[in-house]
Amino acid sequence: MKYQTPLAKARGLGSAKTGTHHWWMQRVTAVALIPLSFWLILFIQQLFNVSYTEIKQWLSSPFNLTLLLSWSFVSFYHAAIGLQVVIEDYLSPEWLKITLVWLVKLAFFGGAITALVFAIRIAVLAG
Amino acid sequence: MVEFTLPKNSVIQKGKHFPAEAGATRTKQVEVYRWNPDSGKNPRIDIYHIDLDQCGPMVLDLIVKIKDEIDSSLTFRRSCREGVCGSCAMNVNGKNTLACIKGIDEYKGTIKIFPLPHMDVIKDLVADMTHFYAQYASIQPWIESQTPAPADTERLQSPEERKQLDGLYECVLCACCSTSCPSYWWNSDRYLGPAVLLQAYRWLNDSRDEHTGERLDELEDPFKLFRCHTIMNCTDTCPKGLNPAKAIAEIKKMLLVRQEG
Repeated sequence: MKYQTPLAKARGLGSAKTGTHHWWMQRVTAVALIPLSFWLILFIQQLFNVSYTEIKQWLSSPFNLTLLLSWSFVSFYHAAIGLQVVIEDYLSPEWLKITLVWLVKLAFFGGAITALVFAIRIAVLAG
Repeated sequence: MVEFTLPKNSVIQKGKHFPAEAGATRTKQVEVYRWNPDSGKNPRIDIYHIDLDQCGPMVLDLIVKIKDEIDSSLTFRRSCREGVCGSCAMNVNGKNTLACIKGIDEYKGTIKIFPLPHMDVIKDLVADMTHFYAQYASIQPWIESQTPAPADTERLQSPEERKQLDGLYECVLCACCSTSCPSYWWNSDRYLGPAVLLQAYRWLNDSRDEHTGERLDELEDPFKLFRCHTIMNCTDTCPKGLNPAKAIAEIKKMLLVRQEG
């Protein structure tokens, strides 16, 4: 038997005083990915048409390297905060929600670091 | 949390069949969700054939006729019969609406009537609104101000300031929008839902209210407000033609301006 009032239940733990930044960054990264993805298409098109050495050369220019890393970081960040919303939407158990959101962030952070390492490798080897 | 299967005791079964009266020429097949908690049985769908020449023009007239003339145990809420009380909110042919302002002739073929989706059912078409009303109370839907009211007049508003409440004050809290929202289905324990957020915006937007900051503080939450993913079911279903999705977007804009502006 629970005598907690409906209002106490509705108010719950109160406001987390956060959310706007997360919501806004989803929008900002989505918009940023539009021009960045045009560059990615150009990159993928090159992959099919030029040799390994040429593509390494092309990628190691500061302009292309910057865009490669920008695309990687922005898309990893966008995917991480987007997946967080999916997990929060569809899973109820708090321990599962917290663990999965943490794992997703860890995985995408790892992905971003890996992208950075390989970009440096490309730049160093090509140079 | 998302549930893809129904618990055994809520699987809907075939119910009773009530044919039309003899001599009826213009009939309508109506299927109604029936569930009686005292019976211990599963919910069922009863089928009624109604003589439209002996019935009023609205969907509410159909179920009033069923209760009056065919099966008095049919349970539903209704009061004003003109769309201002919000009592007769139900799901008709897959869309939430007020039965009293929806014409029978707006539906081709069978009319299927269910209670509001994803709410606990008390009986037949009556949903448990306790949590919904508590959520409404939680946003403090009344004026909050530090400045005392003028001694000899009401708190004044210019016509322009009053105009800002248009599209918000008309809400009758029927819960059609909130119960059509998937985010509200999965997370209504924490997400306030479109109806309550539209009301929250009504007070945020009231020129006489002085607690805008405190109201925004309360809404700054990943669940209370930001479960809204602009699905737009709320705006699509609102029987009063209001736009809760826009009100929610305006709250998000206010929070953004406060933080980044």
